[in-house]
Amino acid sequence: MKISTARRAAQIFFLCIFLWLVLVASVGTGWTQWRGWPIGWFLQLDPLAAIGTALTTHSLHPGLAWALLTIVLTIAFGRVFCGFVCPFGSIHQFFGWIGRHLSRPKDKMAANAYRPAQATKYYVLTALLAAAAFSAGGALVGGLQIGLLDPMPLVHRSFGLVVLPEADLASEKWFPGGRFAEGSSVIGGLFVAFVLLNLWIPRFFCRFVCPLGALLGIFARRTLWGIGKTGSKCSECGLCEVDCEGACNPMGPIHVSECLMCMNCLDTCPGAKPLGYLERPSQGGEVTGHGVSRRGFVAAALGGLCAAPLTRLGGLRKAWAPALIRPPGSVAEDEFLARCLKCCECVRVCPTNVLQPATLEHGWEALWTPALNNRIGTSGCQLNCIACGHACPTGAIRPLTLEEKQGQRGFEPAGPVRIGLASVDRGRCLPWAMDQPCIVCQENCPVTPKAIYVSEVVQTVRDGRFEVVSTDGETLEVRGAHMAPGQFTSGDYACRLPGEESGRAILASTENSLTLDASASRLEPVPAGAILEVQIRLQRPVVDPARCIGCGVCEHECPMSGLRAIRVTADNESRDPRHAVLLAAHPV
Amino acid sequence: MSANDPLLQPAVVSSRRAFLRRGLEAGAAIAATGGLAAWLWDRHPPGTLGSRRVEAPLRDFSINDSGRKMAIVTGSDRVRTLRRALEAMGGIERFIKRGDRVLVKVNAAFAAPAALSATTHPDVAAELVRLCRMAGASAVLVTDNPINDAESCFTLSGISAAVGAAGGVVVLPRASDFAPCSLPDGRLIRNWPVLREPFRGVTKLIGVAPVKHHARAGASMTLKNWYGLLGGRRNQFHQDINGIIVELSRLARPTFVVLDGTTSMITNGPTGGSLADLKPTNTLVVSTDPIAADSFGATLLGKTYHDLPYLMRAAALGGGTTDFDSLRPERESVS
Repeated sequence: MKISTARRAAQIFFLCIFLWLVLVASVGTGWTQWRGWPIGWFLQLDPLAAIGTALTTHSLHPGLAWALLTIVLTIAFGRVFCGFVCPFGSIHQFFGWIGRHLSRPKDKMAANAYRPAQATKYYVLTALLAAAAFSAGGALVGGLQIGLLDPMPLVHRSFGLVVLPEADLASEKWFPGGRFAEGSSVIGGLFVAFVLLNLWIPRFFCRFVCPLGALLGIFARRTLWGIGKTGSKCSECGLCEVDCEGACNPMGPIHVSECLMCMNCLDTCPGAKPLGYLERPSQGGEVTGHGVSRRGFVAAALGGLCAAPLTRLGGLRKAWAPALIRPPGSVAEDEFLARCLKCCECVRVCPTNVLQPATLEHGWEALWTPALNNRIGTSGCQLNCIACGHACPTGAIRPLTLEEKQGQRGFEPAGPVRIGLASVDRGRCLPWAMDQPCIVCQENCPVTPKAIYVSEVVQTVRDGRFEVVSTDGETLEVRGAHMAPGQFTSGDYACRLPGEESGRAILASTENSLTLDASASRLEPVPAGAILEVQIRLQRPVVDPARCIGCGVCEHECPMSGLRAIRVTADNESRDPRHAVLLAAHPV
Repeated sequence: MSANDPLLQPAVVSSRRAFLRRGLEAGAAIAATGGLAAWLWDRHPPGTLGSRRVEAPLRDFSINDSGRKMAIVTGSDRVRTLRRALEAMGGIERFIKRGDRVLVKVNAAFAAPAALSATTHPDVAAELVRLCRMAGASAVLVTDNPINDAESCFTLSGISAAVGAAGGVVVLPRASDFAPCSLPDGRLIRNWPVLREPFRGVTKLIGVAPVKHHARAGASMTLKNWYGLLGGRRNQFHQDINGIIVELSRLARPTFVVLDGTTSMITNGPTGGSLADLKPTNTLVVSTDPIAADSFGATLLGKTYHDLPYLMRAAALGGGTTDFDSLRPERESVS
């Protein structure tokens, strides 16, 4: 078997694994659902995630130790991760092949020639790591923005949030009712743009952009084995460069760090096979530099260093965004931003779709980090769900137990995890502002005892004074403002008769009569001309901040369908004591 | 870029020795990466918050050599009433020794001119600084964590200029000056940011406050003045204003306090804003017992300590007495 066939098989294998892990990142017990699959494995294999978070948090999150495997493989064998494993790389290779397979060898050679611009990815890497390393006085922690371009988060985000839901639009097999992601056009657009660029230059992303490839290129710089020339006579036919994925100039001198280990050159090399996968260095000479200029490196590093504080000077850390509601178990915001890879695994796994990738609304730093949107979700954050924390590969969201989330069995002193606080907009709420009965929010509050209670009032309805014309049993014929038939029969209305302290329930109403409940005492004839009042009993919702966990179920259910009359903000979230609303009075 | 580019040097020719060397290098790189990973390995991935080191409460700055003492001096000239009151207490030298580093906690809560009496009067602050310096204090720091912008408060109130001219140093609080602090058995001051940095090396603490009406607490005098040592989202404590003042009376135990009732804010407190809110009451108190000072101060507002539950609760915890007459205060007058 040709080595390139083996590579292709490996690529298909790992791409399938990747697609499978994206597919099964969904809560449930069906065979296409999570059920314990290591859904974050590709993210854990990512050395850029490990190094980036190590720079921002000064620690290595346990799962990310998988990245050591990638590093060891690269140091020994070169960028086999790029050539054999990386799902994004495989997609690029496929689309590059689509764009070029009919071209003449001469054109393919030209497309696959080494370009000095391939150094760009090292500048990208430098800027991203410099931003991550920035740290001063503890007030500002490093800015982890690697996820914008790191292929592992990028490909998880793109497939989980856009590609998969889009593929499912027709059948709605995986996502009945559809699956939504804020800013999907930007997330998907970036993905599509990188894929389409392969039609111009194959492996465009890998060669010019990929910060992970750059990092692996640095590790591969002194790789033990690699593509190189034996002593055999080379006719310099150039066939090796026709299908070269890395544009690494295998005819020599080879750019060691650029070689993606696609091995295509080994298959096309004719005759006495002067090319081989060999102990380095190559007999044909090598280029072990990255083509990075000192000036460019310093500029990229300074750019990255300045970018982190630059975003913070906007003041969002002080005027923190109350609309940014983080999923339960999230660590405090500084630490959160130091850990979040923007992979959106949590967003993908959220069973109600309430977890969304943040848009620029919450600041540059928060782009594509998870935030709740109670109107998009099919329900709020579910009381009995802890999926997001278990999907997070870096501990930005802690893997809670249900006990901790709900503040039970040993977690009573801390109480339930609060992600925010609901508040009633009394200017929009039906019973508060418009004298209409409702309390859907109170009914749907999942907390025990309920965090929403009602404040009850009884008051005369608009134009609610009627003149009695006659009495017939329990039915009063009345005269007054227009009454729609059945207007007062919902059970919330009562009729206060002259001389009575409290009203009697109205059982039926027509355009000119009211039928009352007379179970308490028989209705005596009411003199014609007497004035009665129709009253409504209103239950008005009130939120108890000591009980509300901010789940957002109330907001989702509120019948004010546009701007909800009860809304959750991140106030009182338990992850940051500075956001507390209530005085936390500890018992002595 | 050509092969002659200095960045593109062809590597050396292979040999068994060279390969061994490269193997060792690779092994060392892998070992170093692995070692780094093991060193950085997070044994306790993100857990609960509040693991920061919590500072001990402030030390006790009181001098208990001759029990609690109090002086009440009437007069309209703050400099003279303050001097007379301190003389009646046995002289500033009784409290401030040569080499002492003194922290004066003024009430600079609002960016308002001194004439509105919403803040400690600059004359009192400056005279106190001068007296401490004359007694040999090595440094006199004046601080507060005001409600309005700190620099504006100290400037507009006139405290900055007066204190500077008197040889004191105004310390404007920075974010890094606060450290979480827990009061033993405290219910409210638990892991709460307290203005700690200005206390570094301090040996004496003096509180200087005006007499003010306070809508939530009833009155703001020397005990309420310690609220300015709190950082963080301290406005939460208005949910239990008496509770927090009681805890503040235990957090800050000063060498003595000065209660300036030369002009009292009798309504619309604690901000005031109009001369109509003020009333000349021409009295200044110096006391080693802040509770006694405030209990007396209440009378200037037409109240008694019964109207201020925090005074009774603080006294019950042993911090002082509401029965200020029991201290047999020195009563003098300068006019």
